[in-house]
Amino acid sequence: MYNSNKVIPGIIIFVLIVTFPIWLNHGKAVSAPKPILPEGRCVESKEFMRANHMQLLKEWRVLAIREGMRIYTSSDGSRFWIGLQNGCMKCHHNKQQFCDKCHDFASVKPYCWNCHIPPETKEFGTAKATRLLKLFRIPVDLREGAKPKHGEHGGHGEIDKGGEH
Amino acid sequence: MKRRKFLKLAGISAAVAGGVPSFLLREVKARSYTPPPGALTARRWGMAIDMKKCWEHPECNDCIKACHAAHNVPEIPEKKKEIKWIWKDEFEHVFPEQPNEFNNIVFEHKPFILLCNHCKHPPCVRVCPTKATFKREDGIVMMDFHRCIGCRFCMAACPFGARSFNWVDPRPYIQEFNPEFPTRMKGVVEKCLFCYERLEKGQLPACVEACKHKALIFGDLEDENSEISRILKERFSIRRKAELGTEPSIFYLIG
Ligand code: SF4
Ligand code: SF4
Repeated sequence: MYNSNKVIPGIIIFVLIVTFPIWLNHGKAVSAPKPILPEGRCVESKEFMRANHMQLLKEWRVLAIREGMRIYTSSDGSRFWIGLQNGCMKCHHNKQQFCDKCHDFASVKPYCWNCHIPPETKEFGTAKATRLLKLFRIPVDLREGAKPKHGEHGGHGEIDKGGEH
Repeated sequence: MKRRKFLKLAGISAAVAGGVPSFLLREVKARSYTPPPGALTARRWGMAIDMKKCWEHPECNDCIKACHAAHNVPEIPEKKKEIKWIWKDEFEHVFPEQPNEFNNIVFEHKPFILLCNHCKHPPCVRVCPTKATFKREDGIVMMDFHRCIGCRFCMAACPFGARSFNWVDPRPYIQEFNPEFPTRMKGVVEKCLFCYERLEKGQLPACVEACKHKALIFGDLEDENSEISRILKERFSIRRKAELGTEPSIFYLIG
């Protein structure tokens, strides 16, 4: 082989670099996530929920919102109120200790919580001074006196001279 | 292997392969969905707003406060970015098609309570490309926020300005939230949903419950014996932009 003194070390270095992550993590067992589970049975068996909760939640969402089917009768005949905030999270009191444990581990980012409010939330953070906010000239420090108290604010009640938008 | 034996074996394995999964999946088959038992139902929900009663209390904003608190509606100070489900506006803006050269004094600058009309023929539903906005069988023009892509076709289609768009993340602008209802996120349209989540639990809409002067009458327009049908038969009412043919389900009692 021509240039074998360069090609062979080159191949070896290449293989080493490509398999670097394997070497690095070799022998380090990453422990499985341990979400904190409430007592008792979920709407279905643990095994079923573990494998199918995403499909079940999607089915719930569609049937509850679009068909008005709010009550779920599970395989063992128990009935449940369908809902994330008003259903699931009434037992799973803590999103961080439950949902996030596995989702972080598996690096999945469901967007449920963009709108739904986890039970541990006590208040929402202040707005970040994003470019968009500046662009629209929306004040950020609403909380420090810049904003009248709930109720005194005339915004919604006031007659809108500008007409409807 | 003899033919007979082979067929037997094949038969047994087919039975096992077919039988076991269906046995395991029995859990799935028994599942079922039903509507909530104590829900308020109607053939066509509607609302009559007794403006005469409302005008006696010009300072009162209880319906607006109750609705916006119940549904985590943010208070964004910038007018152009504000979100509203129920609000007030003056006669000239609400009924622009009713000019009366000499006799506008009675209603001049009078405030009206505005919200989504839950139109019988809702243009917002026709234009929504994702069916995020749809019409329920009980007349409620419903939104499935999960599906809204924020195209704002519905806002262009609605002749009543009943819809608001979330230009920014609304959460920082919500002071106290209702933990039983979600918020919305940036890029989603929202509006009044006739408190479907309360009807489901057997409760009247938040605004109706909050009005201590009983100016909001909520009920089934297609039930002859309902309070709202009776009132609409007895008193003079107007609807917004009726000439457009969207058939609003909100009636303003002004006589
Ligand atoms: S008032 Fe506007 S948003 Fe409400 S149903 Fe009619 S068209 Fe749609
Ligand atoms: S903004 Fe949302 S609700 Fe409105 S038309 Fe588009 S997808 Fe439908």
